[in-house]
Amino acid sequence: MLKIINLTCTRGDRSLFAGLNFDVKPGKLLHIRGQNGSGKTTLLRTLCGLFLQDTGEVQWGGKNIRSLQEEYRKQLLYLGHHNAIKDDLTGLENLHIEAQLSGEKISEKQCWQALEKIGLRGYEDLPTKALSQGQKRRVALSRLLLSKAKLWILDEPFTALDVSAVDFLQSIIRTHIENDGIVLLTTHQEVSLTSGQSQQLQLGN
Amino acid sequence: MFSTFLIILKRDLILAMRHKTDVLTTLFFFIIVVSLFPLGVGIEKSTLQQIAPGVVWIAALLASMLALERLFASDYADGTLEQMILTPQPLSILVLAKVLAHWLLTGLPLVLIAPLVGLQYHLPANSVVVMMLALLLGTPILSMIGAIGAALTLGLRGGGILISLLVLPLYIPVLIYGSGAIADSMLEGVTVRAYLQLLGAFLILALVFSPWATAAAVRISSE
Amino acid sequence: MSINWFKYASPASFYPLAGKSIPWFLVCAALLSLFGLYWGFFETPDVLTEQKEYYRIIFVHVPAAWLSMWLYIVLVAWAVIGLVFNTRLSYMLAAAIAPTGAMFTFLSLWTGAFWGKTSWGTWWDWDPRMTSQLILLFLYVGYMALQSAIDETRRADRASALLAIVGLVLIPIIFWSINCPDPNQCAALHQRSSLKTVEANILTAMLIMALAFWSYSFGVIFMRLRNLILERERNSKWIKPLVEETS
Repeated sequence: MLKIINLTCTRGDRSLFAGLNFDVKPGKLLHIRGQNGSGKTTLLRTLCGLFLQDTGEVQWGGKNIRSLQEEYRKQLLYLGHHNAIKDDLTGLENLHIEAQLSGEKISEKQCWQALEKIGLRGYEDLPTKALSQGQKRRVALSRLLLSKAKLWILDEPFTALDVSAVDFLQSIIRTHIENDGIVLLTTHQEVSLTSGQSQQLQLGN
Repeated sequence: MFSTFLIILKRDLILAMRHKTDVLTTLFFFIIVVSLFPLGVGIEKSTLQQIAPGVVWIAALLASMLALERLFASDYADGTLEQMILTPQPLSILVLAKVLAHWLLTGLPLVLIAPLVGLQYHLPANSVVVMMLALLLGTPILSMIGAIGAALTLGLRGGGILISLLVLPLYIPVLIYGSGAIADSMLEGVTVRAYLQLLGAFLILALVFSPWATAAAVRISSE
Repeated sequence: MSINWFKYASPASFYPLAGKSIPWFLVCAALLSLFGLYWGFFETPDVLTEQKEYYRIIFVHVPAAWLSMWLYIVLVAWAVIGLVFNTRLSYMLAAAIAPTGAMFTFLSLWTGAFWGKTSWGTWWDWDPRMTSQLILLFLYVGYMALQSAIDETRRADRASALLAIVGLVLIPIIFWSINCPDPNQCAALHQRSSLKTVEANILTAMLIMALAFWSYSFGVIFMRLRNLILERERNSKWIKPLVEETS
């Protein structure tokens, strides 16, 4: 469903990667590997449409994402380095706003449940600036429980998570894949999800 | 689409209410600047009446511009702006909601405090009314045009000064007609309708074109 | 024809073309300036109303003002092409034009001040055209400031392109508001003569000087462009032999 054709990206003066070709079908996970500075984040951002490539095309369902625009973004969930949550809002408020912006009809009750599921019971109503790094990351990740997007692009999603949260996240991702979703992620950590049969892409020389 | 607009508007207003100082600093800056001019220029009634139109507008320009830095800065820093770009909603609507919230917090207070300025500068009642109308029409234009500058300079050092360099020349038409309206309102037998109509026309033009330009600028800055 | 058009769209092929044309443009500029100034000094009346000999400064002032405005339009044209086609050379051209445009704007302001002083006794009097030139200078400076404030080339190019376009869209409104601050009585404010009433010889001299300034602009802009190309494309393969040549 996601197809990359002859993708070349330069950032500043450096050429990050050139002539990249790959595709990811529904029900598959792609683990993008590479050293720091090899262009992993830029690749993910290009696939989101945040960054414009030099040459080549990103296709979703056979159509260029530049022409799909909103249709593509409806299918996309991106979790970058930032948590994308407002410190002054509670976890609940953050999640509810984000869910509504994604175009889905999500009730506040569903948000409570999602936050509880991800291990933030009792913390849903606190301003997120009162939470620890790991807890903030959990708030950011709670989106995954409510999202109906098919394509998940996750940049270092396991950062700042403790062991139980890492396990939980892996199970969420596995469920998504089993339901024919697509996941692209980068991670430095050794997790069972990415060792074994997942697709791998190595960037950088 | 309208509901998304309201969501972002509500969000920004709630965030501002949890940090009330931001709102008040812009207002007080305006009051201070307006209060400084008589001390520097002269406190005679006729002098004050003469400089009032210009002073009010320059203070409004500067206050608007200083507040612009905060329009997108926090969302840019914590990644929420990026997520706004990625939602299926049109970015220009989200941006317009943010600008409206920004104006309600930094522009509208200036309109409401205008009678105080009228008092300080010995302006007749009808001029105060004209001042409020002109500010009501003009300050949203300042917010909208300024938003383009704020979006272009996201994350850059020299933020505030750079925004002023880019945006102040673009404020000139609002300055000229805004102050012209107040000045003419103090003359006998002159109607200020034409000024206000012009400002109204600019407001509509800004409403139509600036969200699109601001959204483009946000995308450029978020690469 | 379309093949030829895009042939020079890459920095690599435009670089030598620009290099060869620079001397021609500069020589042309020098010759045209001499010719224009000659015409201006010897073929035109000695006295224009009460302004005596000093009025001749308009042979620099007016063409400089024209160039400042035309160059801004050309800059925006290249910025638009860059944004639409995502071509690096277009952005480099826009960036190369800006300093020359700013220079001409400043020149028109400076010569305008001299003209004002000698003709009306004041260095500056906020008349609409001079004020508009001042604002144009601010727009150029803003463009250059934004370019230099952003480290990343791509973002710098695209951001300043957008800024220039917004500037161009607003310029008519800005100039109009300066020209016509009182919407109730606009007609009264046109005090200067328009081109039609200018004597033929004076107009000729101004046109020749305008051509000279255009030639100069091409030459200088291409020089700046070549430097920009060398700087930005320094990692490209075709640059290496050039660098080895000069070192």
